[in-house]
Amino acid sequence: MSKEIQKFQDPGLPEHVHRKSDVDPKAADRAERQVAILFVLSALSTFLAIYAYIFIKDDIFFFLPIMGSTNAHQLFLGLGMAFSLLFIGLGMAHWAKNLMPDTEVIAERHEFRSPDEDREDFVRTVKEQAGAAGLGRRSLIKRTLGLALGVSALTPIVLLRDLGPLPGKDLEKTSWKKGTRLVTDPGDRPIRPEDLEVGAVAQVLPELEPGKVRHLYDIAKDAVLLIRLRPSEFQLNPERLSWTHDGIIAFSKICSHMGCAVALYEQQTKHLLCPCHQSTFDVTRAAKVIFGPSARPLPQLAITVDAEGYLVAQQPFNEPVGPSYWERSS
Amino acid sequence: MKKVERIGGNVASYVDDRTGAAKWLRKNLTKVFPDHWSFMLGEIVLYSFIILLLSGTFLTFWFDPSQREVVYEGSYEPLQDIKMSAAYASTLHISFDVRGGLLMRQIHHWAALLFMAGMIAHLMRVFFTGAFRKPREANWLIGVGLVTLGIVEGFLGYSLPDDLLSGTGIRIAEAIIQALPVVGSYLAFFTFGGAFPGEAFIPRIYTVHVLLLPGAFLALITIHLMLVWYQKHTQYPGPGRTEKNVVGYPLMPVYMAKAGGFFFIVFGVTALLGAVASINPIWLYGPYNPGQISAGSQPDFYMGWLDGLVRMAPPIESYIFGYTISWNILIPGLIIPGILFTLMALYPFIESWMTGDKEEHHLLDRPRNNPNRTAIGAMSLSFILVVLINGGNDIIATNFHLTINQIMWFTRIGVIVIPPLVFVITKRICLSLQRADREKVLHGRETGRLVMLPHGEFVEIHEELTPAQKFTLTQHQQPKALLLPATDANGVLNPQGIKGKIRARFSQAHVEQVPAPTESEAEALEGGHH
Amino acid sequence: MEKMNSGIKKLSRYRRHRFAGPALLIVALITMGTTFQVASALPNSSKMETTAKSTLIEEGKRIFNLGCSTCHGLNLEGGGIAPALIGVGAASVDFQVGTGRMPLAEMSQQAMRKQPIYNEEETAALAAYVASLAPGPDIINEAQLTYERDGNTAEGGELFRTNCAMCHNFAGQGGALTQGKYAPTLMGVDAKYIYEAMITGPQSMPVFSDKTITPEEKLSIIKWVKAAENEPNLGGAALGRVGPVTEGLLVWTLGLGLLIGIAVWLTMKAK
Repeated sequence: MSKEIQKFQDPGLPEHVHRKSDVDPKAADRAERQVAILFVLSALSTFLAIYAYIFIKDDIFFFLPIMGSTNAHQLFLGLGMAFSLLFIGLGMAHWAKNLMPDTEVIAERHEFRSPDEDREDFVRTVKEQAGAAGLGRRSLIKRTLGLALGVSALTPIVLLRDLGPLPGKDLEKTSWKKGTRLVTDPGDRPIRPEDLEVGAVAQVLPELEPGKVRHLYDIAKDAVLLIRLRPSEFQLNPERLSWTHDGIIAFSKICSHMGCAVALYEQQTKHLLCPCHQSTFDVTRAAKVIFGPSARPLPQLAITVDAEGYLVAQQPFNEPVGPSYWERSS
Repeated sequence: MKKVERIGGNVASYVDDRTGAAKWLRKNLTKVFPDHWSFMLGEIVLYSFIILLLSGTFLTFWFDPSQREVVYEGSYEPLQDIKMSAAYASTLHISFDVRGGLLMRQIHHWAALLFMAGMIAHLMRVFFTGAFRKPREANWLIGVGLVTLGIVEGFLGYSLPDDLLSGTGIRIAEAIIQALPVVGSYLAFFTFGGAFPGEAFIPRIYTVHVLLLPGAFLALITIHLMLVWYQKHTQYPGPGRTEKNVVGYPLMPVYMAKAGGFFFIVFGVTALLGAVASINPIWLYGPYNPGQISAGSQPDFYMGWLDGLVRMAPPIESYIFGYTISWNILIPGLIIPGILFTLMALYPFIESWMTGDKEEHHLLDRPRNNPNRTAIGAMSLSFILVVLINGGNDIIATNFHLTINQIMWFTRIGVIVIPPLVFVITKRICLSLQRADREKVLHGRETGRLVMLPHGEFVEIHEELTPAQKFTLTQHQQPKALLLPATDANGVLNPQGIKGKIRARFSQAHVEQVPAPTESEAEALEGGHH
Repeated sequence: MEKMNSGIKKLSRYRRHRFAGPALLIVALITMGTTFQVASALPNSSKMETTAKSTLIEEGKRIFNLGCSTCHGLNLEGGGIAPALIGVGAASVDFQVGTGRMPLAEMSQQAMRKQPIYNEEETAALAAYVASLAPGPDIINEAQLTYERDGNTAEGGELFRTNCAMCHNFAGQGGALTQGKYAPTLMGVDAKYIYEAMITGPQSMPVFSDKTITPEEKLSIIKWVKAAENEPNLGGAALGRVGPVTEGLLVWTLGLGLLIGIAVWLTMKAK
């Protein structure tokens, strides 16, 4: 019983089984014809693609199940191209499988490890070279080289300096100033409180000063959402309440999480939802975060009406709008 | 045939006269490649890359990478006279005013998704079969690098058309940059040439997308393939296949025909997708405007898991001495992905250290024969899948009548609970599969045919496996646990400290296997029967 | 008339009651109707219209009391589960009942669009009744829906993306809101109902006032929605027009699935 444990033995590569096409010349001829047919089909498909490109106008549509109303030009051009490629591939594969030799071949692997002698020689050489360069002994050279290499990486970094201006206080500022009118986006029409029913919203931007253009980077900070509730629905502290006007409350539309436009206002629950990461804000409680990843309420814009009865900002935003950044205090 | 052979001979002589490479070429043209469908996953990636280069070049002929404002006057009616960036306008031009342009755009985008999907599938194959083991660790590292670059490259491509969805993605990327401690707002301003979105970003990423990263891909893919070539491909275990050989078909002509044919097939399938299925209909999204947003704004799937992580993050920010640290962005956006990718890159070294396995391996593991690794892989996949589900929670909610809040909470808890569960279950499954293999080898395969014995008992006929099958199921090595030395030569207790303990613990888990049956056992069993 | 007057006298002690307002309104309307009837001796069209209208209101009241009052209250004052309907206007009733959202089939997160329960006349009667009690937005009639002529598709798209796409998605396919609520798809919705939804703000949807989005702009939005609805699938199967989620699913199933299938065939030994 002390016999050594014997694993199952490797019976070796199984004997090659001949394919039909190996033994039957007819089968081989048939395979050849099939390959040829695939190649011909490919050529025909190419012609279909070229035909579609030149002759099928791009305003012809027809109905197909699943796909719906389909553009004939796009479909036949694409199908022609797809099949011209597919049939070449299938033909080659069929050819390789049925007509090329299918006897499996064994190749030996060479061992990666060199013969001991060579290896020792190599290791010794490397050691000697390292020694000859004096890397071990001359630590001053080693350290100063390290310094030089490290410092040299600074040049390309410094060269990138002119990629853009320094942020300065830019992230804190928006175009809203005391007395800036709220105008509709799009349309640029000023708004009176009575224009909004209870339950209404309006997407607004600050009124453009004469001669100025509105850039996308302005909108990225200035976009504001106006919502009208019943004044009794607010649960705000007196200061924030004084920032509303007649039940109308204004929030920055730029999410305090990652800057998407938060404008999904649910009229019944008075919740604002950001479609990007689903932060949910309670409008009645100064956009307090009640769900999702955002850590801060949306900044509220203090509003009032001007002499002509149009809605205006009482003051600029009292905190930076949009996503957080290092220098942002609280 | 005669003529072909003569021409072939002439070509060979011509080449050798001018290069003297006869020996090298002969060796390499007859190089043997093993044949298995899972070895073609990497080919899918390589071919999609070539398709991406070709279709991408086509697109550059018309694409104008500029954020200069233009007024659209092309043939797509619903955007007539709308102000937009030149990048978006030129993408519309490619889609509607260049014949075949829309097809090429769709092929390009489908190929990009296929590139990433193929890469992930290939990575899974390599992981679960242990193909990353010595001597292939470097190729694993290159592979991880390619996946990482692929995600970046894909994201940049998704950003270039400057439609509403692209811009939303860029906005989120900007928020991540801006959230970096100390340097965040500076980096953001340098990246965008000023305040977001500025006019510099698209021209800049265009160069990165069409020159820098494809160049990096080319270099890395070349090294990746050269290493495969030089180290020879791994193979699945089976009769006649050993650590010292490689069994398959020679490069010329079989493998070349198959691989070449497969290139056309991959291109064909991509073109088919481009012909029948719409992808990224940018004309419906409209031009980017930071004040606009669409419900269900998602990234492509290879970024979806990141978006899912960001969505489920708890709302935490710290304010220290007047500075802000946004954990709700940093943890899901940078820290967790950083840890995941580092662990993934280091896995071959971690496994080798934990198991003490320093051997060369050219025969692949059947996943069940390495339950621990398979369970780790399944666990990681389940993590990614759970967060990916959260990345699409709004679409799932509307289609399956769930609420985003339910899905969010399910995945918030699931991301902690499910992966360990999947680990345990996968390991158990592997062990049962090993047990089933053992049964099969020792008692034969159940045929499902019942016979009645003379005394009335019913038995199922078991068919004995062939020697080849028996060998395939039992050839794997089963490692022994690393023992934790209790004292060293000087009598110091537990000389390896905590590291040694972790190592011994892992090694123990690693050797938890059903013993592979042996010939001796089978013989003993035979003896017992008769 | 005398009987009625004495009735009013009796009622006067209830004048501070919370239903006094609506009740008075009903009485006033009926009185007005009756007065007109008596005053005009000649049968003319206006009289006919008024008669028709009052019968419509009567009919609406009957339907309301039978089908709606359980939740919304006999005097439209609302209740624990249903909002008050005072001042919601005919447009709101037309939208809710005409699209089948009301009456509710079951208590759920939100009323779903379904086969209407009341026919057109009944809906009109209900609308007339509710509108007769307090003023509110009127039903949009076909003559107002001149979006084909007065709308501008591109401008509508711009407005849609700013005001609607965040909930209804970039192509009007709808999207998820919180706690299982959702913005429904706009595909296949009558222009009239889209318009009425904008002015009445049904359920979760806010109101879009005529001053912030003018009637012409509303027509433009409708024109764009209709253009999106009728837009053929320019690039092939639309995959629901919900963005990258379905695209990702397709590439893993059809794309990679097909290629793996072919790879399996390619590496199989020929017989």
